[in-house]
Amino acid sequence: MTELPPAIRLESVSRQYTMGESVIRAVNDVCLTVPSGEFLALLGSSGSGKSTLLNLIAGLDRPSSGAVIAQGKNLSKMSSLELARYRRQTVGMVFQSFNLLPRMTLEENVELPLRLAEVDYSERAARVREALQRVGLEKRIGHRPSELSGGEQQRTAIARALVNRPKILLADEPTGNLDSTTGEAILTLLREIQKNPGMTIVMVTHERALAERFADRLAVMGDGKLLSNGAAR
Amino acid sequence: MKLRDLSDLAFRNLREAVLRNSLTTLGVAVGVASLVAMLSLGVGLQQLATSRLAKSGLFDSIFVTPKTNLRGPGGGPPATRTPDAKARLLDADARTEISRMPNVVEVYPQIRFFTEVRYDGKPYATMVAGMPESSKASGAFDGMQGQFFSSPNADEAILQVEFAKDLNPQTSSLIGKDLILRYAERQSLAAQASGSAGNSGGFSVVPKEKHFRIIGVVETEPASGFGGFGSGRLLIPLPIAETLRAAQVNDLRDILRDSSSDKPTYSSLTVRVKSPSLVEATEAKLKDLGFSAFSLLDASKSLRIFFSVFDLLLGIFGSLALAVATLGIINTLVMAILERRREIGVLKALGAADRDVKELFFVEAGVMGLFGGILGVLLGWLIGRTLTLGTNIYLHRQNLPGVDISSVPWWLVLLSILFAVGVSLAAGLYPASHAARLDPVQALRYE
Repeated sequence: MTELPPAIRLESVSRQYTMGESVIRAVNDVCLTVPSGEFLALLGSSGSGKSTLLNLIAGLDRPSSGAVIAQGKNLSKMSSLELARYRRQTVGMVFQSFNLLPRMTLEENVELPLRLAEVDYSERAARVREALQRVGLEKRIGHRPSELSGGEQQRTAIARALVNRPKILLADEPTGNLDSTTGEAILTLLREIQKNPGMTIVMVTHERALAERFADRLAVMGDGKLLSNGAAR
Repeated sequence: MKLRDLSDLAFRNLREAVLRNSLTTLGVAVGVASLVAMLSLGVGLQQLATSRLAKSGLFDSIFVTPKTNLRGPGGGPPATRTPDAKARLLDADARTEISRMPNVVEVYPQIRFFTEVRYDGKPYATMVAGMPESSKASGAFDGMQGQFFSSPNADEAILQVEFAKDLNPQTSSLIGKDLILRYAERQSLAAQASGSAGNSGGFSVVPKEKHFRIIGVVETEPASGFGGFGSGRLLIPLPIAETLRAAQVNDLRDILRDSSSDKPTYSSLTVRVKSPSLVEATEAKLKDLGFSAFSLLDASKSLRIFFSVFDLLLGIFGSLALAVATLGIINTLVMAILERRREIGVLKALGAADRDVKELFFVEAGVMGLFGGILGVLLGWLIGRTLTLGTNIYLHRQNLPGVDISSVPWWLVLLSILFAVGVSLAAGLYPASHAARLDPVQALRYE
């Protein structure tokens, strides 16, 4: 069996911001490879640069130097339109604060990426239902986010991230706003999603114990640098 | 994003801040309403003026006189009057020829003569005028007592109200009564003494009488045609007037002419063409035929220029309110960006391109413009109707006939709505670009 090419490869990636006269290096010369199908946890304290690194992988931000290569494509060389297409088709994002649109029902929230990707109207209902079934919320399809618990909202966000069938799922502190039991349930769900062939997950968290239990590998960051990078178990 | 998705999301967003967006839309509506009301007044007044003038026959008529007629209009100052080889007599042949010209709808002479009328055994001196059938549509007979001539050959008369009052102050009681027209018939000497050589077209005058039935009383003095029938107090059908062969003032001049024919000659003919735009060409052709021709087309052109400038000024005043409404749209959308900053971030994270975000805000601005435009046209139409109603109440109190001073034609409806949408899109330009340029990372952090 031939080895799959890496899903993500970071080559000496740096991201710096200028604030007044000082330069802040949020990400400093990070080299990292995430094989296809791996569940990687990015650990680190606040301000360590892990979320910035995730935004760079998500194509929401561009590195100041170095290259972010996802699914064989160099994001640094993409136009903003190509980056938008990459965000719709290749990656799915889950946030700490869920970021569901409050006035939309679950169905409408999950349908949003399908609208952006201009998926055929005839396919949409089935795709939304399938995504919600996967997170166990198909019965709450007509509810609004405010009518759901935190865990259910995060599961909806996961369904929304998966509805365009991405190859990479990026989660930024997905359990940060949840109690430990619910957090564990969410990570169990992510683990199940990872079983899909070729599904790569990168999760930013500061909860080491959870990361060790669910992730395949841990990458620890501090002051914008990659401090350690090794198997979780 | 597909247009259906875009408009669906836009409507959803507009419903979200329904009060603010409704007020903004209302602002656009008021702006469009003021524009529509102003322009509808301009259009209405123009239509009123031009239709009255068009009905009067002043602008689709050419007044033809023989070049030999020294009193005719267009004759020029005496120094310029050189004998013209092409000069022709304006007689029945000429009339037939002119009536066969393309685009000519009607050719008629002006027949007016001063004579005596007997009513109820008493004599009254008055001016009689022959009215062509087409004068019915001139507007002068609108709102008359009684009715217009039943046929061009009916022995019927319409009285001008002042003259009617002389006959009987109760003018309505005159209708259906008979009067006797006493006039001097012109009889050609050639007809009387046929074969007498050397007759130079002289005529004798024979007193005659003819009975007419009064069928109507008209308020205004019909002014059909240049030189018109303004002074006519007793109006009879033109064909009847022609058969009377009543002696007219200019007949004396005919004696001086070298006329070997016993066909009637005319001091002037009025030629009506299909539309004012055909006047110029027909006028030139008539001049080529050897007649003097004159029209009031230049006056009509000036009128159109006046109304174009008038409309432009009204449009500018009307647009001021729309300019204020534009600022309202910009303000509303900028506020929406502030409120929806995080949502824009989410959309971008989910794969929305800058263009998608820009289009979303554009559609929102366009929808406000569309609804504002439609509402504004309705409001503007209502303002126009109200002004017309008010004017008509005033006119009615002054015993004057009602008029339609505002008009909202289809082109004004379409242009106003398109203008409202266009202006709204222009207003959305800055907010939409601003929203599209938002950094998604910053936007997602926004609380």
